[in-house]
This record gives sequence, structure tokens and C-alpha cells, in this order.
Amino acid sequence: MAQVQLTVNGRAISRDVEPRTLLVHLLRDALGLTGTHVGCDTSQCGACTVHMDGRGVKSCTVLAMQADGSTVTTIEGLSTDGSHALQRAFKEEHGLQCGFCTPGMIMSAADLLARNANPTEHEIREALEGNLCRCTGYHNIVKAVQTAARTMQNA
Amino acid sequence: MYPAQFQYHRATSVQHALDLMAQHGDDAKVLAGGHSLLPVMKLRFATPAHLIDIGRVSGLSGISESGGTIVIGATTRHADVASSALIKAKAPLLAEVAGHIGDPLIRNMGTIGGSVAHADPSADLPAAMMALGATMELTGKGGSRQVSADQFFVDVFQTALGSTELLTAIRIPASSGACAYEKNPDPASGYAIVGIAVQLTTSGGKVSSARVAMTGLGPKPMRLAAVEAALAAGADAASAAAKAADGIAFIDDARGNASYKANLARVYTKRAIARAMK
Repeated sequence: MAQVQLTVNGRAISRDVEPRTLLVHLLRDALGLTGTHVGCDTSQCGACTVHMDGRGVKSCTVLAMQADGSTVTTIEGLSTDGSHALQRAFKEEHGLQCGFCTPGMIMSAADLLARNANPTEHEIREALEGNLCRCTGYHNIVKAVQTAARTMQNA
Repeated sequence: MYPAQFQYHRATSVQHALDLMAQHGDDAKVLAGGHSLLPVMKLRFATPAHLIDIGRVSGLSGISESGGTIVIGATTRHADVASSALIKAKAPLLAEVAGHIGDPLIRNMGTIGGSVAHADPSADLPAAMMALGATMELTGKGGSRQVSADQFFVDVFQTALGSTELLTAIRIPASSGACAYEKNPDPASGYAIVGIAVQLTTSGGKVSSARVAMTGLGPKPMRLAAVEAALAAGADAASAAAKAADGIAFIDDARGNASYKANLARVYTKRAIARAMK
């Protein structure tokens, strides 16, 4: 076992883990943060996207030990009641159907908007290249990100 | 999907990493961003008993310029390479290729040294390394040696790296914007079925020399010498690219038969040269 210490959604965490523990399993199984999903488990679908030290990463392809000392934000860290502008926009624009990919989509979109507050449609589609949705056809996801960007700029 | 069990070691310096590598030999693998290694460990294609994490070794990450040469630390992430003002200005081919790897989330973790040392025959960076005339700095107990990209890539997933050597930096001579990378990605994985990297040197509006490298269609990246010679002799894109498959023994496999691959090589070479010449 090895000890991992990190900050998750503003809370200091310390856990003993097997070195092979993936960040997504630390979040879901040890910390109960099940908003981060495991989809493909092969670094393709992005359902497991979280922010590590301010950057979007696929937490199924990061060892918990690699996150030692880092600051991690999950979908639960955006808001506890779904009130973040991105969460509201995905609801208003019908940017989800089954919802499985949504936490990852929102975390990738939040990463984009943190670096580029007013992205073009093309930039949004490029930023979400690592996130797969099998329901929506992406159109309403892009609209949701555009809506959230406007809301956040006017806030 | 967990990898098989291993012991985790966090290297605190290059020397510490080398000590750990000497101690554990072939039972150890070096971990940087993990985006080549962890997927194969999860699939149990790789089951190292020891992982040596160099991700926190200070001095192994960063981009600088020294006397017309760009120096990129091995653990510099693809996203930082692709967005670097210095790389965009002085090695624009590398900025383009680094921005093509995987997707934005993968580029936030994957490192240039990790990808190059992994030497996946379908990876994008090896072709860029060859087209740019990059040099790999390999550091061992006795010091560092410099190995050209042409000598570095040996075979499928095999490089000139010794088992107790670490790839510590990549050096690239400053180059112009007369360059392009044209890729046909596998629709599922995004890896290159074929990728052609072209770097031209021009004087007075004419091509004086060219480096053209191909990834994806063979066991390792390769220079297209006949194409380079044709370009240096003043050939246009179409006639130079017609030589892209000359002297190469393509093999039939699940990705296509040999004649299809030869055609892919010619088509993507033509596209890359044409764009580099614009």
C-alpha cells in the first residue's frame, strides 16, 4: 500500500491505496464521488474527465499516485445542486439524454471556458473531441456550452 | 479495469531514476504521463513489477532555446508543446503534430518523451522527429549521449534506448514554416494509418532541401529518401510524391494490402508537400 494525499473539491484527502489504483477508482470507490463515470475504460470516451491542477484529464488513465499532491475537481466540485452555469445550460438546451457522458462533457467544457471564455463553435467541438456521446449527436451539447459561455460572461 | 500489481517508485531526480532502473532492470518501466503505458498495462499487455515515475523530476520538463536549437524536456506535455509560442515560431511542424495527438484531455497528460520512447509505429511524433532532424538526449550512469531520430527508432516499440538509460531531452534545430503533417487517422483509435511529415528548407522561393518522414505504414517511422532527393532537385509535389513508395516493402495486414498502403503513402505525401510549399 502507498499513501496518497490530495485535495478533492476543496477538501484535503489522505488514503492508503494499492499503487495500481486509478484516480477514477479513488474518487468513486474510496471517496464516493460517483458523478465521475467509467465508460470505455480505454482513454477514449472521456466520461471519467476531471480537472487535475486545473487541466482536464481522463481519470481512468491516471494513477491515484500520479495525483498525489494535486488539486482535483470533479463534477461534484462545480456545484452540489446543479446550479453551475454549464449544468443549467445542459438542462435548458437538452444537451443530454441518458446523461452518462454528461459529467465528463461538462468538465471538459469547464476546462475550455476557463481558458477561452468566448469560444467559437469550432473551438468547442475541438475541445470536446475526447468526449463521446452516443445519444445527442453533439449539436445540443455545443449549444449548451455556447449558452453557458454567454451566461458566465454576463455574470 | 486495474493493471496488474506493481511497486511504485517516485523518482526525485534523474540520478534517482537511473539508480532505480539499475536496481530493477527489465522488471521496471518508466512512467511519465502514462498515456501510452497505462492503457497497455490495463490490458495486461505490459505487466512490469516496478514503475518508476519520473513525472515529478524537476528539470525534465520545459521548452527553451539555445543557439538556434530548441530544447524540450522529456516530460513536457503535448498540450504545452502544441501551444508554446517558441515551438510555433521556431518548429511549427512540431506544434502542428503535437496538436494532432489523441484529444485535448490526452494532450494534457501525455508527454513528448513518453510518446517518443514508447515508439508506437502508428504514433505521430516519430515522423515529426525524423522530419525535423531531432536529436534524443539519452542519459545513463556514465553521462549523456546524443542519438539522431534516424538512429533512435529501431523497430516496433523498440528504440536505441539502453535498459538503464533515460530519454531526458529532445533537441530540434530551428526550422521554417515550410512544413506540414498530413495524417489519415484510424477512425476508432485516432492513431495514424499513415502520417507524412514534411519539412522543407527554401532559399529564394525554391526548395533547397527536404526532409520527409512517414509513420504508420511500417514497423518504424522512415525517411522517404527518393522523395527528398526529388524535391531537392526541383520536383513539384506530384512528381516527388509519386516516389513515396519506391523501395519500400509494404506488407498485407488487417489495415490493408501492400498496394493500398503504397497508394496511401503517395497520396498523403503529395498532400503534405503541396501544403508545405504554400
